[in-house]
Amino acid sequence: MKDGNAIEVHDLTKSFKVYFDKGHTMKEKILFRRRRSYEERKVLNGISFEVKKGEAIGLIGHNGCGKSTTLKLLTRIMYPDGGTIEMKGRISSLIELGAGFHPDMSGRENIYINAAIFGLTKSEIDRRLDGIIEFSELEEFIDNPVRTYSSGMYMRLAFSVAINVDADILLIDEILAVGDAAFQAKCFNKLREIKERGTTIVIVSHSLSQIEQICERSYWIDNGRIRKMGRPARVHPEYMDYMGEMERTHNEKMKKLQQAQEEDYSEETAEQKKTAVEITGVRLKDGQGTEKTVIKCGEKIDLVIDYKVNAEKIEETLLGLLFCRNDGVVCYGTNTQRERMDNLKLNRQGTIICHIDKMNFIAGEYWIDVAIRKLDMLPYVYLKEAVRFKIYSDVDEVGVARIEHSWKIN
Amino acid sequence: MFNRIKELYSYREMIFSLVKRDLKGRYKGSALGFLWTFLNPLLQLAVYTMVFSVIMRAGIEDYYIFLFVALVPWIFFSTSLAGGSSCIWAQQEMVKKIYFPREVLPIAYVTSQFVNMLLSFIVIFAVLILSGHTLNFIAILYLPLIMIIEYVLALGMAMLTSAITVYLRDLEYILGIVTMAWQFLTPVMYSVDAVPEQLRGIFALNPMTPVIVAYRDILYFGTAPQMKTLLLAVVTGIAVLIAGWIVFHRLQKHFVEEL
Repeated sequence: MKDGNAIEVHDLTKSFKVYFDKGHTMKEKILFRRRRSYEERKVLNGISFEVKKGEAIGLIGHNGCGKSTTLKLLTRIMYPDGGTIEMKGRISSLIELGAGFHPDMSGRENIYINAAIFGLTKSEIDRRLDGIIEFSELEEFIDNPVRTYSSGMYMRLAFSVAINVDADILLIDEILAVGDAAFQAKCFNKLREIKERGTTIVIVSHSLSQIEQICERSYWIDNGRIRKMGRPARVHPEYMDYMGEMERTHNEKMKKLQQAQEEDYSEETAEQKKTAVEITGVRLKDGQGTEKTVIKCGEKIDLVIDYKVNAEKIEETLLGLLFCRNDGVVCYGTNTQRERMDNLKLNRQGTIICHIDKMNFIAGEYWIDVAIRKLDMLPYVYLKEAVRFKIYSDVDEVGVARIEHSWKIN
Repeated sequence: MFNRIKELYSYREMIFSLVKRDLKGRYKGSALGFLWTFLNPLLQLAVYTMVFSVIMRAGIEDYYIFLFVALVPWIFFSTSLAGGSSCIWAQQEMVKKIYFPREVLPIAYVTSQFVNMLLSFIVIFAVLILSGHTLNFIAILYLPLIMIIEYVLALGMAMLTSAITVYLRDLEYILGIVTMAWQFLTPVMYSVDAVPEQLRGIFALNPMTPVIVAYRDILYFGTAPQMKTLLLAVVTGIAVLIAGWIVFHRLQKHFVEEL
């Protein structure tokens, strides 16, 4: 191992046998040999990386890409098929919290059992006991049996033990899903403090912003290989773009499938449903005219509405839009009348386009209601959830929409 | 191997706490609690005394003592073997989720059974003293030695069976029958002298024979065990442990995938 390195991983490979029908008993193993057929699935395809002492790295990637398997190999729960792992120092993992907890025993006794599983001796635990109890904020309950704890208290105790092990290498899978917001912040600060003291950290997380806050480097794992590595700020935007693209293709596939199913019965009802004005299509398109349902925050988008007039004669109309988030919160609403535009005179058939220079909603799922109304607001047609779309962003903002801004700091 | 032992030593607190958890938790919820640890062997002894000194006369002096000093060590061995086989399977949640040297589990299981046997020995000594059976102090000095030998043997077997059970669940049930048969092939209920001459060879292959013979020499006959018996016990005990550990070490690499 090179000087100053805490972890060296070289060319890891790992496959799993995926049984179609796994049998454990002797009868199943001997008699149904053939039925126990399995498929070899390669999860890791040659992963190599090095981590220096005191560094923190993040592993990112979509579900099933192999990042959690990599972490499991690092913890030595599993063994690789090929390649080598070298690690220096005591390893602690925040993967499974509360291992070995016995519900009938008190919090204090469970601290001893749990810490012992991390390989601490009695005197080491004695020394840490007060710190663990203090961090968990469970002083009053520490001598009650753990079965009387709420799940939040349980996790707090478990986390306190794991983080107070004083490991040289800390492995974390999906951190900080523990307890309330205040406790989460406390855990996060503790993590920073531990890192300051020179602990090497490997994090697997879906929360890119957490990784950005604590890690020097991100490794984007895709199909069991490292696809890209570097500073989180450099790797994450590219990763987000890729994920957005993946989702779009998936959605398109689903949509086609749905359309094929719907076609059959939509024909017979179309005749009855005919209203005076019909909205025949609502789509979102990007600058190049490609249809989109996954949009990057700040992207330029056109909302395209096709309509058809069925009645012989109709009055002048107005067009209304309502943007809602998928939890039902109304984010933005407007119509042509409110914006003091001319009344709309509809042709027999036509298209209305609304240019949106910057689609500035923060990451989330949204839909748009579209309505064509008479001037007295009575609707000709009101299409609820005319189009659904998703916004993704490489900035972890809160609220509803981004307010355009810039910074100047002296 | 040496590194492995060093690592296990650093996990000693885990072994202790698992043993403690097992012993404390065993009789949890029962009215008599820990008292059962003593009551259990005492009541067993009462039953054997009834059967063999009143109903089936065995023709051996103080047969209940003759039997009991062999039966308690036998129960330790057979529980380690049969019950120990599921010790990894039973803790699979822990095995799947966290790293520790897997040997900790069979070691903790066998140790917990061992402590239980030691507690039963308090009952044995109480009975030996109360019944006026002669005790040879020199012979008793050999007792810890033979206990350690039996522990090593039981641990080797538990490692072997617990590792295989992960891959083959039937083993646990097969072992239920095997230990029963094994008990009758070991001089627990009878003396080795009762075995026909031509079968003695087979009995010598049984690693538990010298162990049980030694226990009985020490406690029933009040004599130091023969050197030949001791040596045989030590060699088989160590051989079984090494074999068990090697198999365990091989198989443990894929525990998580099999569970």
